[in-house]
Amino acid sequence: MTANGMLQIGFYLVTLLLLVKPMGWYMARIYEGNAPPFMRWLSPLENLLYRLCGIKSEEEMNWGRYAIAMLWFSLLGVAAVYALQRLQGMLPLNPQQFGAVSPDSSFNTAISFMTNTNWQGYSGESTMSYLTQMMGLAVQNFFSAAAGMVVAVALIRGFARHTAHAIGNFWVDMTRSILYILLPLSVVIALLFVGQGAIQNFSPYRTVSTVEAISYDNPKVDSQGNPMKDAQGNPVTEKATTKEQTLPMGPVASQEAIKQLGTNGGGFFNANSAHPFENPTPFANYLQMLAIFLIPGGLCYTFGMMVGDRRQGWAILAAMTLIFAGFLSAAEHYELAGNPAYTALGVDQAHSDMQSGGNMEGKETRFGIVNSALFATITTAASCGAVNSMHDSFMPLGGLVPMAQIQLGEVIYGGVGSGLYGMLIYAVIAVFIAGLMIGRTPEYIGKKIESFDIKMASLTILIPPILILGFTAVAVLVDAGKAGVANPGAHGFSEILYAFSSAVGNNGSAFAGLSANTPFYNIALGLAMFFGRIWLMIPVLALAGSLAAKKRIPSSVGTMATHTPLFVGLLIGTVILVGALNFVPAIALGPVVEHLTMTGAH
Amino acid sequence: MFKEIRPALSSFAILTLITGIVYPLAVTGISQALMPDQANGSLVVKDGKPTGSTLIGQNFSDPKYFWGRPSATSPMPYNGASSGGSNLGPTNPALIDAVKARVQALKEADPGNGRPIPVDLVTASASGLDPEISPAAALYQISRVAKARGIEPAKLQRLVEERILGRQFGFLGEPRVNVLELNLALDSMH
Repeated sequence: MTANGMLQIGFYLVTLLLLVKPMGWYMARIYEGNAPPFMRWLSPLENLLYRLCGIKSEEEMNWGRYAIAMLWFSLLGVAAVYALQRLQGMLPLNPQQFGAVSPDSSFNTAISFMTNTNWQGYSGESTMSYLTQMMGLAVQNFFSAAAGMVVAVALIRGFARHTAHAIGNFWVDMTRSILYILLPLSVVIALLFVGQGAIQNFSPYRTVSTVEAISYDNPKVDSQGNPMKDAQGNPVTEKATTKEQTLPMGPVASQEAIKQLGTNGGGFFNANSAHPFENPTPFANYLQMLAIFLIPGGLCYTFGMMVGDRRQGWAILAAMTLIFAGFLSAAEHYELAGNPAYTALGVDQAHSDMQSGGNMEGKETRFGIVNSALFATITTAASCGAVNSMHDSFMPLGGLVPMAQIQLGEVIYGGVGSGLYGMLIYAVIAVFIAGLMIGRTPEYIGKKIESFDIKMASLTILIPPILILGFTAVAVLVDAGKAGVANPGAHGFSEILYAFSSAVGNNGSAFAGLSANTPFYNIALGLAMFFGRIWLMIPVLALAGSLAAKKRIPSSVGTMATHTPLFVGLLIGTVILVGALNFVPAIALGPVVEHLTMTGAH
Repeated sequence: MFKEIRPALSSFAILTLITGIVYPLAVTGISQALMPDQANGSLVVKDGKPTGSTLIGQNFSDPKYFWGRPSATSPMPYNGASSGGSNLGPTNPALIDAVKARVQALKEADPGNGRPIPVDLVTASASGLDPEISPAAALYQISRVAKARGIEPAKLQRLVEERILGRQFGFLGEPRVNVLELNLALDSMH
C-alpha cells in the first residue's frame, strides 16, 4: 500500500474515533431523556407527538410489551411499503409513470426495508416512483434504523438497571431516535452531499443530446412488451443508433444521507453509491463511509456511559476496531494486487500517482482501489450494504472479506444498534466460555449470566448460520435457485452463499450478478431477511428483560475484568471462532476454491 | 397485545409525514435555493442546450476523441436510465475475453503505441457511467487522438495535463481526468 493509501485510511479512522465520544455522549443524553440544551427546541414537537399518539411517555414497558410494540410498528412498515409499490401507478410524484411493482418483488422489498437490509432486487431508476422512494423506502430507512437503536438501548438498560421489571418505552425511544438523532444529522449530511454534486429535485428524467452517436443492438419486443427470442432462445435484436442520453433525476441526496447514517444501504439507483449522482466525489465518499460507522461507533460509548463504566464501552470498540483492521488489510492487499490474467495481456495494473491500478473491474476511477476496498469493508462490517464498487468482480479473496464479515454477524461496528447488541451477545458468550474454563459463574457488567441468558444468547448466535446455510443448500439443489447464477464454477456458488448471508445478516449488498428478481429468490430471500431480523431481536429483548430483573453483584477479586486487553482478545477470539466454526466449509467451497484455481492457472 | 395499536398507527402516520414528506421537501427547498446547479445534475450546456452532465460519462468510440471506461450498461453503453457494472467474476472467461477484445481494439486504433495499457481503460466501471479516467489512461490515448486530428502530440499533452484533477483536498480519492470535458475542450481547439 502506498503512503497516500495509508493516509486516506488513517484519516478516516482517526476522524471516526474522534467522533465516537461526542456522538456517544449525545445519544446517552437523548435516551436518558435529558437532551442537551442546544436541542431542547425540539421538545415541544416531541411532546405534541406523544399527545397526538396517546403515548404516555413516563410509562415504561416490560420486555414482552416492548417487543410487541416493535412488531406492530414493523408490520405497519411492511404493509405501507408493499402498498406504495403496488399502487404507485395511481399515486402522484411519478413523472416516469412507472407501473405497479410485481407482487413478489414488492414483498421482498417491503421486508427488505423494514428489516434494515435494503437488498435491491429491483433497479431503482427504472422501477420506483419518487413517492415510493421517499415515502416508502426512505421512511423505512429512518424507522428500521431507529428500531435497531432502541433494541440496543433496551439491552444496555438491561445491564444498567437492577431489580427492575421494565426496559423503557418503545414509542419514546423510537420517537427520540428519529427526532433528535437521525433527522438532524440527515439534514446536515444531505446538504453536504448536494454541495458535492448529489442531485435533489423532483424533475422528470432529462434527455440530453450527446457529443457522439452510439450504435447498439436493441432487443426487439413483441406486442405485449416481452422480449422476443429466436429458436435457440437467444434474444432477437435490431441495430439502432442514438445521439441522446437519459439523465435520471429525483430526491436523491435526502435519501442518501439516511441510507448511510442508518446503515440501510438501499440506493436510489441500481449502481448504488457507485452512481455519480449518489456519490459524486472522494469527499462525498468519505462522508458516506463516516456516516455508516458514526452511530455504531458512538453507541459503544453510549453503552459505557449508561452502565456507568466507560472502559466497558472502549473495550468493545477496541475489539471491533482490531478485527476491522485485519479484514481491511486483506481486502486492500488482494484488490491492489490485481488480476493475474490481465498481466499476460500487457495491461498495466501498477499503483501510482497516474493511475489507481489493481483490480479495476467494477470500480470507479474517482475512488480507485483504496476507497473501494475500504468502502466494501466498512459496508459489510456494518449491516449497511451500500456499495461503491461491484463486490461480484472483486478478486476471490478480496470478495471473501465482505462475505466473511457478514457471516460473523456484522458485529464489527455493525448495523446501527444491531452491531452493538450483536457484540454484547458475543461478550456474554465470551464470559461464559471464560467462566467454564476457570470454573466460576460467569458475570458481565455486574450481572450474573445464568441458564436463561445463555439460551437467549445461543439462539441469536445459532439462528443466522442455520438460516444462511439452510437456504443456500436449498438454492443450490433446486433449478430455480441455480438458474439465477451468472458466473461459472465456484464463483457461482459464492453468489448464492453471499446472497443468503447478506439477507440473513440484513446487509443488502450482493454478488449482484445473481439474477435475484425472480419469484424463488424474492420469496426465499424475503423470508431469510425477516427471520434474520425478528428472530434475533426477540431473544435480545428477552435477555434485556432478564438482565434488568437481576440484582447487581458487587465486583470482587474473583470477578473477571471485562475492560482489559485480555478480555478484548478473548472477545475477538470468540467472534472469529464462532464464525469460523460455522462457515469455513462453505467459504472453502466458494472463494477459496476459486482463488486456488486462479493461482494454479497462472 | 392490542393496547399498542393506537400509538403504532398514529406515530407511524406522523413520523412518516415528518421523515417522508417534510424532510425531503425541506432538503430540496434549501438545495434548490442555494445550490441549484448541483441539485439539478451539474449539466453541461453547449450552445444553450444541455449536452450532458459533468458527473455522467458518455460513450466515445471515434479515434479522434478520448475514450472513457468501458461501460456494461444495456442495451447501449453509458445508458443513464440503467446504471450498473458487469458483475463478471475475476476468473470468468467472459471477463478475460472482454478485456482481451478491448486491448485489441486499443492496439488496432493506434498500432504504433507500445506503452502498457492502463487497467482502467480495459475494465468496466461499477456504475457504467464513470465520467472519468486515470491520467495514465488519458496520456496513453494522446498519440491516437493526435494522429486522428492532425494535432501536435505536445499540444495535446498540455491540454490533458491542464485537465488532470488532483486528489480532493490534496489527499482524498485518486487523480483523474473528466472525459466529456476533455473532449469538449478538444472540439473547441479548432
